Amino acid sequence: MNTDIIGLVIIYALTILLAIPLGKYIAAVFSGTTKRSDIVFNPLDKLFYKLGGIDPRKEMNWKQHLTALLVINLFWFVLAMLVLTNMGRLPLNPDGNPSMTGDLAFNTAISFITNTNLQHYSGETGVSYLGQLTLMLWQFISAGCGIAIAAVVFIAMKERTTKALGNFYFLFVRSCTRVLFPLAVLMAVLLAFNGVPMTFDGKATQISLQGDTMQVSRGPVAAFVAIKQLGTNGGGFFGPNSAHPLENPNYFTNMIETIAILLIPIALIFTLGHILQRRKLAWTIFGVMSLGFFLLMVPTVMNESGGNPAIAKLGIAQPHGSMEGKEVRFGAAASAYWAISTTVTSNGSVNAMHDSLLPLSGMNALLAMMVNAFFGGVGVGFLNFYVFMILAVFISGLMVGRTPEFLGKKIEAKEMKIAMVIALLHPFLILVSAALASYLFAHNPTVYAGWLNNPGYHGFSEMLYEFTSASANNGSGFEGLGDNTPFWNISCGIVMLLARFLPIIGPVAIAGILANKKYIPESAGTLKTDTATFGLMVFAVIAIVAALSFFPALALGPIAEHFSMH
Amino acid sequence: MKEHIAPAIRVTLVALVFFAGIYTLLILGISKLTRGKGQGDQLTVNGKKVYANVGQKFTQDKYFWSRPSAVDYNAAGAGGSNKGPTNPDYLATVQARIDSFAVHNPGVPKTSIPAELVTASGSGLDPDISVDAAKVQVARIAKTRGLAAANIEQLIIANTSAPLAGVAGPTKINVLALNIALDNLK
Repeated sequence: MNTDIIGLVIIYALTILLAIPLGKYIAAVFSGTTKRSDIVFNPLDKLFYKLGGIDPRKEMNWKQHLTALLVINLFWFVLAMLVLTNMGRLPLNPDGNPSMTGDLAFNTAISFITNTNLQHYSGETGVSYLGQLTLMLWQFISAGCGIAIAAVVFIAMKERTTKALGNFYFLFVRSCTRVLFPLAVLMAVLLAFNGVPMTFDGKATQISLQGDTMQVSRGPVAAFVAIKQLGTNGGGFFGPNSAHPLENPNYFTNMIETIAILLIPIALIFTLGHILQRRKLAWTIFGVMSLGFFLLMVPTVMNESGGNPAIAKLGIAQPHGSMEGKEVRFGAAASAYWAISTTVTSNGSVNAMHDSLLPLSGMNALLAMMVNAFFGGVGVGFLNFYVFMILAVFISGLMVGRTPEFLGKKIEAKEMKIAMVIALLHPFLILVSAALASYLFAHNPTVYAGWLNNPGYHGFSEMLYEFTSASANNGSGFEGLGDNTPFWNISCGIVMLLARFLPIIGPVAIAGILANKKYIPESAGTLKTDTATFGLMVFAVIAIVAALSFFPALALGPIAEHFSMH
Repeated sequence: MKEHIAPAIRVTLVALVFFAGIYTLLILGISKLTRGKGQGDQLTVNGKKVYANVGQKFTQDKYFWSRPSAVDYNAAGAGGSNKGPTNPDYLATVQARIDSFAVHNPGVPKTSIPAELVTASGSGLDPDISVDAAKVQVARIAKTRGLAAANIEQLIIANTSAPLAGVAGPTKINVLALNIALDNLK
């Protein structure tokens, strides 16, 4: 086995080994049964509650949870707009970077409050250090918000009849202070000791060995990169994200950053098992998600390691795989592994340029975002999976001719309608907006020529990828797309907004309605949801929804490009 | 809804102070204990500091060349080419780089040129090349500098970084370190 593959095995093994105990810890954080860490965090949380004017013991129903979430996000949007459109004049701007235009600020503000981190700017020139620090605030709190809302659904899934689903602020504050904060500190310190800068000095000027004068952008990078990776945020400090040598200097930092992508999304599945006291259900869900992850990741690693056939035709050697857009210190295999990790989880950070991935690798990255439920974003990934589980329960129920029940609750027409709308929203947003963009481009290619960096099928893939990434709240891009225009800024902003909040509202509503229904104890006739059979059923539902919705679009982009190469 | 407005604003402001402020200062403080005192890893070359991990442009025949860069090694605006794998313009660019390499390195067969020497990196600042990419440049450097090829190959071995802990990830060579060593070779 070569060292590139051994590296991946170590990364995966460490991720799982860390995620299992972390899942248990997060369950204790949600249920308020942490012990040892309370000495540090109790005073901190109390400060948040006191200064925030919160009563953390006040129980909320599902509607109150959603109201709290939407109101706080609205304020985040206003605050983000204020900072982004004024940072040029504000302090902490040693490089003299400008404020954002209205449409770019609209896109960026939504992008960061929705945990997407789609970036239509480059960090080196597009934001001040104050801008970076406030974006970093959203990397914490938008992730905390996602984790908190997943906790609400976990609590709602317990076997009892209730309206009381805990307190939103309690779950939100604890997610930020007790889960994200300590992990971010640990990771930022590891990064700083491996050469990631942490400074408020502006650009450094240096003379290269050949005698050229170079300017080197830097900043408070270590703190930013840590939470960017942990909170499925993905927005880079620098333009090329974690491909940049100051954001990800060596193979060790690359391992840490890769582990951090999947760590919390996987841990939360185990958290579910602890909260519901259904470990087997958690392992079933983990199994389905892992199956999806491996089916996308393994072919991508092989594909990228094998090199680009179009380059092979030029007669040179490709001993290290397809290297366009990749870094020697990571290699093709670790870049491919990252590409799938970051797209299954809605992280969106990159350590290689996805625009230069081979066609089928690009397709796998697209598919990962189109499904958006194999681990998914922190918290919200599970909500997407929950919708698929409801659909699978319903279909299985029809197949055996019984009223569908899920964890002791009857699933009826209302819940099914919500689940169907949410399951179809994602394809609807992606396909309609990609069709609109394609129409505009095809209608007037000279006006919109600046949009596409690549001709033909790949050009279409660039547009499809952008909206897929926006709708999956992912944030990675085929960055050749000239996306800092009012059309892309505004359309992607709207897509991100709808794709963040509707898939939160739907599952929370379903879970809240189910929680309030009469609990029916399991009997011999109950459909078992913690079995491999049911797992395969969920996988089939996901595959059918994704395949039927997206195959035509994929055939026009990456699949056509692949066959044009051979 | 009204009862949620005040907590939303207040909690956010507390979070702003804590996560954008205190967290940042904490990491800033700890990073002062690192080798680079928070500036990142730097080397001193000719009495001046340079970033050890930020790749530099090397195009002169007397140096080991670094990888092509879509941004011409602009470390204040880094980036990749974002060219698709089948883009005809892109393939023409790669062909031109192969031709240019052949002119500067006569006698090197095309089949031994590794792709990373003619394809642009993701950051445009890739500090490393592979061992293969260094070896195909030995003849040119030996000729330009009037050195024995064996000495240069020795230098390549001395500057090769093994995979992490000897088992994980690629073998690579930092081009800047290698070229500094080359300049010091008498």
